[in-house]
Amino acid sequence: MALAQAQALVPNLHVADATPDEDEASLRELARWAIGYSPVVAPDPPDGLWIDIAGVAHLFGSEENLLEDLTDRLTGRGIAVRAAVADAPGAAWAVARFGAGGIVPADRTADMVAPLPVRALRLSADKLGTLHRLGIERVGQLAAMPRAPMVRRFGRDVALRLDQALGHAFEPISPLIPHETPMASCVFAEPIGRSDDLKTILLRLSQDLCRQLERRGEGARRLDLIIQRIDQKGANLRVGTAKPTRDARHLAKLFDERMQTIDPGFGIEEVVLVASKVEPLREMQTEARVIAGDSTSEADMGRLVDRLGARIGTGKVYRLAPVQSLIPERMVRKIPPLAPPTGSAWPQTLPRPTRLLDPPEPVVVTALLPDHPPALFVWRKVRHRVAKADGPERIVPEWWNGDAGSVPRDYYRIETEQGGRFWIFRDAPADQGGNWWMHGLFS
Amino acid sequence: MQHAGQQDRLADLRLRIAHLEGGIRKTRPLPFGIREIDHHLPGGGLARGALHELVEAGMAAEFAGCATLFTAGIAARLNGPVLWCLTRRDLFAPGLSRAGLHPDRVIYAEAAHERDLLSLVEEGLHERGLAAVVGEMTRLGLTASRRLQLAAEGSGVTALVIRRWWTVAEKDLVKLPTAATTRWRISPVPSEVMPAPGLGWDRWQVELLRCRGAEPRTWFLEACDAKGRLALPAGLADGQDQAAIRRAAAQ
Repeated sequence: MALAQAQALVPNLHVADATPDEDEASLRELARWAIGYSPVVAPDPPDGLWIDIAGVAHLFGSEENLLEDLTDRLTGRGIAVRAAVADAPGAAWAVARFGAGGIVPADRTADMVAPLPVRALRLSADKLGTLHRLGIERVGQLAAMPRAPMVRRFGRDVALRLDQALGHAFEPISPLIPHETPMASCVFAEPIGRSDDLKTILLRLSQDLCRQLERRGEGARRLDLIIQRIDQKGANLRVGTAKPTRDARHLAKLFDERMQTIDPGFGIEEVVLVASKVEPLREMQTEARVIAGDSTSEADMGRLVDRLGARIGTGKVYRLAPVQSLIPERMVRKIPPLAPPTGSAWPQTLPRPTRLLDPPEPVVVTALLPDHPPALFVWRKVRHRVAKADGPERIVPEWWNGDAGSVPRDYYRIETEQGGRFWIFRDAPADQGGNWWMHGLFS
Repeated sequence: MQHAGQQDRLADLRLRIAHLEGGIRKTRPLPFGIREIDHHLPGGGLARGALHELVEAGMAAEFAGCATLFTAGIAARLNGPVLWCLTRRDLFAPGLSRAGLHPDRVIYAEAAHERDLLSLVEEGLHERGLAAVVGEMTRLGLTASRRLQLAAEGSGVTALVIRRWWTVAEKDLVKLPTAATTRWRISPVPSEVMPAPGLGWDRWQVELLRCRGAEPRTWFLEACDAKGRLALPAGLADGQDQAAIRRAAAQ
């Protein structure tokens, strides 16, 4: 309808120019707001919004609650809203615009989409015209046609849209990444495949990222590397750091070990590096952290710990700190490798072995007198003659730690005739039938 | 006169070889504080920025109890943090602190597989300013040890590898040659007989099996004290012949 015709029909018609750019900007704004519902949100111009709610619906109780919450809030802001939840983005798009909206049950996608007009398939105007001429008005009609002639007659894009609406074809949505996340990306004119190239790119990206972080006074705690291959398959790598850092070389190096796991396939066309977790880092990273008792070394333990953690997992790098306990198994506790120095050490007065058997292994013992240290013992099928012994050192169970039922142990340090030193204990006095156990090895 | 000239020429040659090897040692070797050992070792102590290999012999050698304390003693006398790479959790940290290695100084890295250990140790050796990297390794071939040696030379971090094994086949691997600068074998020997029942200070037979620039040799020593220092047994300190003690121990 021409404007003049409309103005003739409605005398006081208010006319405003269309502003698609501003509309799109507002839509992006809305999409950013919708990240409160799910991290994967994409604007769908001109008037739509994708929200991938896989795995987030339970935070709102159910999908119904989530949908209600979303529509209520948008309506409250004066936005007319139609929303649908479905298994496939195409189905949700169709049901929200042309159907009743609401939840499409997982097994009823085809039933819900079939009665909708073919316009619900996101087709171009000329395809719609063709379908209309042939009298195909409903999605169900199109779906009922034999596949091969249908593809030949209307083209692959119609078949693809149909599959997307019915949930047969996967449809990726490219999520909106909030502005707040520092990221650096690189798109290649020619796909790359060599790992050396990838390393060079990674270093450049991480330098770029570190400049951004520096401007913001932040350091990265977690990095995501997103790699897009030309065949639309992707790979993600994630590394964490023990403390915020913006040392480009170091960050790039963290990916080195796992770079080999990436299969470049026919080539990589895009690499994105995202600092998905950042923490404030004010000072320049020149100060080195030095662990106790050293003035000359400049070891930056944070870097080392990150690199080791990237290889074997962050939980596998640790320090061992003393615990106020005399039970050997409880004397040690793991602390993070960069925790502040505890300053405490284990008491030096009682000799402790360098190797501990956990659990203790049974030994067969011959003692001259019931309460004497053994004169001979058999451990791992080897007979050891005892030359000297020291003990007993009685270690009583710690009732406050919940082992009220266990028995005190009498520990002996034993030196065999060959000079080997062992730490063995008896779990009860001899007259009560105590058994002997090998618990540790001294020097 | 000719003798002095020879000495000069030897020193000159040594310097040129050191040049060729790429690593002119800027750091002084770590002395053991025992005259007999320090005089025997080239440079007067254990070279820093080099790979040292420690093997245990004895009845329970697979646990490497002595070698562990010996290593901890060396690490304790170096300055700075220590990275300790291992696969099995049989290490008892309070025992290390007996050699003066403070728990705040040690970072442990626990690999799930033996094959990851090498890369962990190497990663640690690249970090300048660590005092030492300790690795409890089963497999250490010529290539692997050469890598570690080069990494250690590059950064000046001392690499200490304790050889561990769990099966008879693995024990034989320990005998294969490596590119380590020194190889030591530590075995427990009976301690001094005390006048009253009880245990004296532990004694070790410390054998230098291989060392670049020095002959193999054996010493009888007392185990590390709370500062990581070894000592000559009291009876030997006043110049008694080592050979006599060796014979006594053999009987």
